Amino acid sequence: MTVVNATMAAGTAAVSVRGVSMIYPGPVQALQDIDLDFPAGQLTSLLGPSGCGKTTLLKIIAGLLEPAAGTVTVSGKTVKGPGPERAFVFQDFALLPWATVMRNVAFGLELRGVPTSEREAVAEKYIGDVGLRGFEQKYPHELSGGMRQRVGLARALAVKADVLLMDEPFSAVDEQTRRKFQEDLLQLVSVEKRTFIFVTHSIEEAVYLSARIVLLSPRPGKVWKIIEPKMPRELSPDQIRREPGYLDTVESIWQNLKDYVE
Amino acid sequence: MSRDYRSTALTFASFAFVLCAWEFAGRLPVSNAFPSLSATAVAGWEMIRDGRLPTALGITIVPMLIGVTISAIAGVLLGLATGLNRKVEWVGIPLFLVLQAAPLAAIIPMLVLAYGVGLAAKVAVVCIMAVPVIVLNSYKAVQHTPPSLLQMSHAFLGSRLQTIFKVILPAASPVIFAGLRLGTAAGFVGAILAELLISPTGIGDLITYHQSIAEYPQMYAAIVSVIILSALFLEFLDRLEVALFRPERRTA
Amino acid sequence: MELYGHRIPMWASLGLWAVIWEIVGQAHVTILLPPLSACFMKLFEIVPTETFWSAMRITAQAFTLGMAVSILVGVPLGVVMGRSPLIDRLFLPWVSLFVSAPLTALVPVIMALFGFDETTIVLTVVLFAIWIIILDARAGSKGISPSLMEMATSYGATRWQAFIKIYLWAALPEILAGIRLGLVRAVKGVIIGQLLVSVIGFGYLFEIYSSNFLMEHMWALLLVLFFFAYLMDAGMGELERRIDYYSSVRG
Repeated sequence: MTVVNATMAAGTAAVSVRGVSMIYPGPVQALQDIDLDFPAGQLTSLLGPSGCGKTTLLKIIAGLLEPAAGTVTVSGKTVKGPGPERAFVFQDFALLPWATVMRNVAFGLELRGVPTSEREAVAEKYIGDVGLRGFEQKYPHELSGGMRQRVGLARALAVKADVLLMDEPFSAVDEQTRRKFQEDLLQLVSVEKRTFIFVTHSIEEAVYLSARIVLLSPRPGKVWKIIEPKMPRELSPDQIRREPGYLDTVESIWQNLKDYVE
Repeated sequence: MSRDYRSTALTFASFAFVLCAWEFAGRLPVSNAFPSLSATAVAGWEMIRDGRLPTALGITIVPMLIGVTISAIAGVLLGLATGLNRKVEWVGIPLFLVLQAAPLAAIIPMLVLAYGVGLAAKVAVVCIMAVPVIVLNSYKAVQHTPPSLLQMSHAFLGSRLQTIFKVILPAASPVIFAGLRLGTAAGFVGAILAELLISPTGIGDLITYHQSIAEYPQMYAAIVSVIILSALFLEFLDRLEVALFRPERRTA
Repeated sequence: MELYGHRIPMWASLGLWAVIWEIVGQAHVTILLPPLSACFMKLFEIVPTETFWSAMRITAQAFTLGMAVSILVGVPLGVVMGRSPLIDRLFLPWVSLFVSAPLTALVPVIMALFGFDETTIVLTVVLFAIWIIILDARAGSKGISPSLMEMATSYGATRWQAFIKIYLWAALPEILAGIRLGLVRAVKGVIIGQLLVSVIGFGYLFEIYSSNFLMEHMWALLLVLFFFAYLMDAGMGELERRIDYYSSVRG
C-alpha cells in the first residue's frame, strides 16, 4: 500500500475536482476546498464516516448538485449538470416499479430517443453481463435487493458512459449477496475499462475493490489521505480476503478513521 | 391457493350473513319502513321488467359520466399544474383546501334553483363536488414522487417533459386514481342530493316518490341499485388504472 | 411564492380569490354570487338572531354526537380488523363498499326509519364519517411493526394490555389522519342531513333563504360553515403535526 498525492499530472485523470466546497442551509459546511483527480479506467473509492460529504461530492460530480465553489471537469469539460459521459447508480436503486427489467435497463437510452429495437439489443447485452439473463420481463418487486441493484448497474452501463458513479450501491444488499456482487463488479471493471467512482462506508469493501481509496474526514468534509491498496488481483477472491496485505490495509485505515467515530 | 379460497369463502359468508340478517329483520319486522330482502328483490325485479329502474338509472348516470369525465380531466390537469409549478400552487392550493374542507353540498340548492335540474346544472353539481378532491390528490401525488426517481431521470438526461410523462405521472397514478375514486363518490353524492332535493328526476325521483307513498320495497330497490351502480363504476376505474399505468399489477 | 424578494405565505392567495369574488359579484355576472362585502354585511345581521343560534346549537350537537359515535365505534373496530384476519374478512367488503358509496341515497332510509328529527342528523353524520375512520385505523394497526408486538408478548402483555397500551398508540398517526378525514366528511354529512330533513337547524334556514332567493343570506351562512369546517380541519392538521415525530421514529 502506498500513500499518494490528491492531484495527478495533466491528461491521466478522467475526472478532476478543483476547489470544490459545499454549504448546506444551516449553514453546514459539507465539503471544504476539495482537490482530487480520479484516474481513468480504474475504480476509486470515496471512504469516510457518515457526515463526511462523500455522497455530496459524488452528486456534485454527477451534476445533480451544484457546488458552492469550485469546478469539476470530466475529460476536460466543465460539469454544468448531468451529461452523457457520466452514469449514476443509486443507493436505493431508483428503479421504475411499473417497468420491466428490460425497460428499466434501457431507460437511459429511451430518454435519449434511441429506437426501441436498438436500445433493447444494448440492454439485453448488459442484462446478460450483470447476470440477469432470463429476468428481462420481470418487474422490480419480483426481484431480490441484490438483483435490483444489478438492474441499476446494467442501466448505468447501457448508456455507454465513460464514468460510472456509484453511491453506496451495496448498502441495501445483504452480506452474502454483496460479496458475490463485489466479485462480479471487479470482473466488470477489468473488462469494461471505464472509470468507476464508488462511495462506501465499508472499509473492507473499499480495500477489496479499489485501485485507490480517498479517505474523507468529516465536518467539514476534507480529503484526509489517499491510499493505493495494490491488491494482488491475480489471486482468487478468497485468497485476497486472507492476504496479510489486505488485512493490514483494512487495519491501518481503521486506525486512521477511528478518531472521527464518536 | 387454499388461503385465497378461504378468504373468498369468508367474503362470501360475510355477504350472506348480512343479507340473511336483512331478510330476518325485514320479516320480524323491525319497522314497517324496513322491508325484507326478498320483498326488495321482488320489487326491484318488477321495476327492472317494467323499465322504470333502467330508465331512472340512465337519467342519473348520464350527468354523472359527463361530470366525472370533465372533473377528471380538469381536476388532474389542475392538480398536475399545482404540483409542478410554484406560482400555480400558490394561487390554487389554498382555494382547493378550503373548498375540500367546506360543505359544498350547501350551495347545491341555490344552483339548482337558479338553473333548474337540467343536464347542465346536474353536471355542474357533480363537478363542484368532485373537482377539489381530485385536484388535491393529484397535487399530493406529484409532490410525493420519490426524489431518487427524479434524480435518476435527471442524471440520465431526461428532459422536463420526459420526466413528467415517464416518471412523475406513472409514479403519481395510484394516488391520482385514489383521488378519482373519491371524486367519483363525491360526484355521486352530489348528483343524488340534487335529485332528491329539488324537482326529482332519475333515481332520486324513484326514491322520493316511493317514500312518499310508503312503498318501501321499491324505494329500497332503487337505493340498492344506485349503490351497486356506483360500486361497478369504481371497479371500472380500478381496471382502467391497471390497464393504463400499472403493468406490474396485471400479472399479480 | 416570492415577490420582489419577499416570501408571501400560501394562504395569502385566498385574499386574491376574495378580491375576484368581490369583482364578479359587483359585476352582476350571476345572481348566484352577490359581492363578498354584501355577504359579510349580512353576517352581522344574521349572527345575532335566535334562529341562527338554535340552528348552530342543533348542528354542533348532532355533529359532536355523530363524531363521538364514529370514533368510539370506528377506531376499535378498525384496530381489531387490522389485527384479526377473520374479522377483517367479514367487515372489509362492507367498509370498502360504503366508504365510497353514494351515501345521500341512504339518508331517506334513515329518515323513513327514524323520522324527521335530530336522531336522523346524528345517524347521517355517523354514516358519512365512520367508514374512513375504520379504514385508516385498520391501516394503522396493520402497519404496526411485528417486533413491537413480539416485544409485548415477550414481556407478558395480555391481549387487552397489548390493545390498550400498544396497538392504539402505535396506530395513532393513522387513526388521527382517519379522524381528520372523518371530520371533513362529517361536516358534509351534517349539512346534507339537514338539507334533506329541512325542517330543523340550518336545513330550515337554507330552505327559507333559497325559496326566497336570499343569496346574500345564503352565502353569509355558508361563510360561517366554511369557516368552522376549515378551522376544524386546520386544528386536526396541527395535532397531526405535533405527533409527527412518531412516524420518524418508526422509520
